[in-house]
Amino acid sequence: MSQPAAAPPPTRDPRISYEAGMYALRLGDDALVLAQRMGEWIASAPQLEEDVALANIALDQLGQARNLLTYAGSLLPGGDGEPRSEDDLTYLRDERDFVNVQLVELADGGDFGRCMARLLVFSSWQRELYGALVDSADPTLSAVAAKAVKEVHYHRDHATQWVLRLGDGTPKSHRRMQGALDEVWPYVEELFEPDPVTESLVAGGVAVDPAALRRPVLDYVSDALQRATLEVPTATVRHGGGRRGIHTEAMGHLLAELQHVARSHPGAVW
Amino acid sequence: MSAAHPAAVTAATVRELVAAVPDPEVPVLSIDDLGVLRDVAVDSAGHVTVTITPTYSGCPAMDAITDDIRTRLGAAGHGDAEVRLVLSPAWSTDQMSEEGRRKLLDYGIAPPSGRAAVRGGGAGPVPLTLTVRCPQCGSPDTRELSRFGSTACKALWQCQTCREPFDRFKEH
Repeated sequence: MSQPAAAPPPTRDPRISYEAGMYALRLGDDALVLAQRMGEWIASAPQLEEDVALANIALDQLGQARNLLTYAGSLLPGGDGEPRSEDDLTYLRDERDFVNVQLVELADGGDFGRCMARLLVFSSWQRELYGALVDSADPTLSAVAAKAVKEVHYHRDHATQWVLRLGDGTPKSHRRMQGALDEVWPYVEELFEPDPVTESLVAGGVAVDPAALRRPVLDYVSDALQRATLEVPTATVRHGGGRRGIHTEAMGHLLAELQHVARSHPGAVW
Repeated sequence: MSAAHPAAVTAATVRELVAAVPDPEVPVLSIDDLGVLRDVAVDSAGHVTVTITPTYSGCPAMDAITDDIRTRLGAAGHGDAEVRLVLSPAWSTDQMSEEGRRKLLDYGIAPPSGRAAVRGGGAGPVPLTLTVRCPQCGSPDTRELSRFGSTACKALWQCQTCREPFDRFKEH
């Protein structure tokens, strides 16, 4: 990957720069890890058109990740004071340094219902997030969001159509779709948790308050589930900690696959 | 540095050089037709800056387009030209030229309406599109086979009259 050079960030308070970098890193890691998960479906989806659809969604997510990580790297220089590239951030960080929510790292285990349950929730969240981030006081975050919002809107629409079809389909597809939602649900609340690192950015109009996204996201998802004759699950447990670098067992396996070649052959280009 | 550049370099002459760079995924379209070419500037020292914008965040064609622009400018003596990528304002199919729409149709791809903003784009509910005409026979009786196609910017459709499948450039 090599992104053409982004415009250098304007000089500003180092603390604000650091926090904006950490914020971009969070959103970039979310998109990167989801891109990797969606990409796993290529050649394994239930039909050829779905291989193409999931690959396209993964590509959009990867593009968003590249923009966000390039920006994060420009604000979070490495030990030598040089900006870190999107590749440095993607291939050379360890698990504890990734700050994505746990929802995106969950393995689908070949269960298409789980893939769609996660995509429905996550793209609904991204749709509201980017929709609000368009008005960010940070021009780069605003520009990334203005592009991304149209893409994730399309993703949400795709997930909605599948959830409707599977939920309101046969008794078996209904049962499996409900089961997939139940499995995903304990990871939903993490999307709306306050994040101490980016709290001051919310007050400064740079970042979006995660708590403010809860109602519009759950309203959209609940409405879709109702139309699909599915129940909104009630989670008995609540997982989280991704923003602090705490991840599930699935994350290490995902990173092994993502990073293996780049780490085994440092500096290789092709 | 200006001595290294050909005489009478203006933004217009440089624009002519780079405007015809094709989109590697839909080669019938130039980057100018597509609305990807945003600006061409030449400063007083003759230094060239070309500004482009991606269609989708993950559009894999941007690297190839950047290389093509550099190659063309290098051949014309602008080896030190700069290619800048900007994200804002976000690209929309509304920025595709009339000429671009016509070329797409001739190539067998149903063009976007040019009214994505009016239709809501990504901001509102995704509207049903009722009048995608078959680029082969012109019939309005068509249906969507897949919401995603061979590239990020296209969906796969089929004509119910002549039965031909065709690509549709998505409203974006």
